[in-house]
Amino acid sequence: MTAQLNVESKHNLSGGQPLTQKRESLFADAFRRLLRNRAAVVGGSIIVILILLAVLAPVIAPAPYDLQVLDDQNTIPKWLTSVFPTMAPYARFSDSYPLGADYVGRDLLSRIIYGARISLTVAFIGPIISLIIGVTYGSISGFFGGRVDNVMMRFVDVLYAFPGLLFIILLMAFFRSTFSKPDPGSFSYAISQMDARMGGMLFIFIGIGLTAWETMARLTRGQVLSVREKEYIEAARTIGATNGRIMFNHILPNIVGPLVVAETLAIPGYISTEAFLSFIGIGVNPPTPSWGAMISDGAQVVRTYPNQTIFPALALAITMFAFNFLGDGLRDALDPRLRGTQ
Amino acid sequence: MGRYIVRRLLYLVVVLFVVSAITFGLMHAVPGGPFDREKALPPEIMANLEKRYHLDDPLVVQYANYLYDVFVPQFSTTATTISIEDDALLKFNVGGVYVRWMNFGPSFSSRSRTVNDIFRDQLPISIQLGILALLVALIIGMPMGILGALKQNTIFDYLGMSVAIFGVSVPVIVLGPILIWIFGVVLKVLPPTGWGAKPPYILGFIPSDLSWDGFWRFSIMPAIALGLGSSAIIARLTRASLLQVIREDYIRTARAKGLRENLVITRHALKNSLIPVVTILGPMFAALVTGTFVTELTFGIPGMGRYFVTSITNRDYPVIMGTILLYAFFLVIANLVVDIVYAYLDPRIRYD
Repeated sequence: MTAQLNVESKHNLSGGQPLTQKRESLFADAFRRLLRNRAAVVGGSIIVILILLAVLAPVIAPAPYDLQVLDDQNTIPKWLTSVFPTMAPYARFSDSYPLGADYVGRDLLSRIIYGARISLTVAFIGPIISLIIGVTYGSISGFFGGRVDNVMMRFVDVLYAFPGLLFIILLMAFFRSTFSKPDPGSFSYAISQMDARMGGMLFIFIGIGLTAWETMARLTRGQVLSVREKEYIEAARTIGATNGRIMFNHILPNIVGPLVVAETLAIPGYISTEAFLSFIGIGVNPPTPSWGAMISDGAQVVRTYPNQTIFPALALAITMFAFNFLGDGLRDALDPRLRGTQ
Repeated sequence: MGRYIVRRLLYLVVVLFVVSAITFGLMHAVPGGPFDREKALPPEIMANLEKRYHLDDPLVVQYANYLYDVFVPQFSTTATTISIEDDALLKFNVGGVYVRWMNFGPSFSSRSRTVNDIFRDQLPISIQLGILALLVALIIGMPMGILGALKQNTIFDYLGMSVAIFGVSVPVIVLGPILIWIFGVVLKVLPPTGWGAKPPYILGFIPSDLSWDGFWRFSIMPAIALGLGSSAIIARLTRASLLQVIREDYIRTARAKGLRENLVITRHALKNSLIPVVTILGPMFAALVTGTFVTELTFGIPGMGRYFVTSITNRDYPVIMGTILLYAFFLVIANLVVDIVYAYLDPRIRYD
């Protein structure tokens, strides 16, 4: 994808063809602008590195994420004492752990590398779920307008009054206890098996999906309403295009830019929600290495072994930085009018 | 305007009704109950407990009773002694008639405390933290945004916006432990955990002892951890809005008539650029008030957060319902206040 677009932008620059307007030209153009934004490029590169780390985790990580060596619990390598001098008097040293070992003797670095899988999965699945629900809901509401719109949007308004964080905690607790001991063979048994296989991620996706779609629905509806009255929609109607054709061929392609930008900017929120849920113990199942769960474990011993909480915290912060930089850059690239204003 | 407010308050009733119904439904859809133990209780004891807390009634009856207790005020001519059954959050005396309102019921996990007791002890702490965080957001965010817009594309602007990106990228569970480690463990200038304020509170939430040792020493770190992210949002919004306003015709007119630059900025530009900032304060207040949960758990603050999380695992129905209803109420009221302030700031906006 990257390489392909790159070639195309070069192709455009070379001026081989006299200003042919290709179908992808908007995105090729946006991509060229994105490449000129240094912060966005840095963010994008970090994300590519993170993806590589996540995919190649079994190759790169020095140890499996769940390998416990109880004799080595809370050990640190020598070099850490120059960063955290307070640990020098009491720490036990073992140089086989590059960032130290946790309270049951698991390699911290390996767990951080595997933890990228959790955060990145949330970063990519979260937007997909909220886009599917939100765009469907919002476009139906905006497209039909009138009473349908009124009822659908009042419902979103009411959901907005739900304290989001409390709601997701409640939902997670609901899922966790409903599907804790299901009868074998039932639907909830299948769901809980699937969740267990995903290390507890399935319910996190559902929880995030159920709480994050409302913003997308509102945005989509607003965009559809503004595009719906344009002349080219009227033109499409006069030649007898069906509702579905107008929706998918004429409206959606014209509102996709703002939706992509909004979703990219929402990604750090999904990442921190997952981290928070794991932090309070209702997110991923142990021993799945989520950065939130690692921060929580480390926070218990922050006075004695600060490395156990600081390193996963940095990993989480860097990832959120990267997505914020990329999201900002994408917004500037897709909507140049907004550059330098927001 | 009056009619608008009345309509919004009616809407508030609908919202609270829907929120309570969804919460009640979710809680009771889960198999098991608040008195399930690893070792099952004898059936007679179980039956008595369920009778005691009216859990043997049909769900619809339970829900109706709950709504009745919370929303319908009780009147009596005597100040009855407070028992667990009729502990009301609001108690006042109108011309000899005692009004008792908002009985959120007993807490299942504690035989001697009601949900209202938890609200009285823990809620003020969460509100203190939420308000401090909002102040942090405004005090850091607005000047940063104004400076960024007035000195656009200078070092101030770039520095400010870098800090803003930092702010939105660092959630409380990251910033919290790092702050605790730096200021609590290495420098030893602030206590790593805990909260200093103690009752009685003025107006229900302002601590009477506002000294460094009694309050600020404990609260400054959590408030910054919670407020920094919002300060970044305010800074970016202020900057964007001020940049837009500064290019308006009426600013050029004000300058052309020879008005001094600082008057142009304060009286014409700033007031108008505040409008988008005010609109975001409603959702932001909401985010901060619920966000205190994360902060409380990170910093070991005895606010509502820990009670809510434990009440969910304990299946303490009244605490879950009460907390969610109360916070939904806060959110709707915060948004209403924002809309009213909005109309005041921009006379073009009319609600009828």
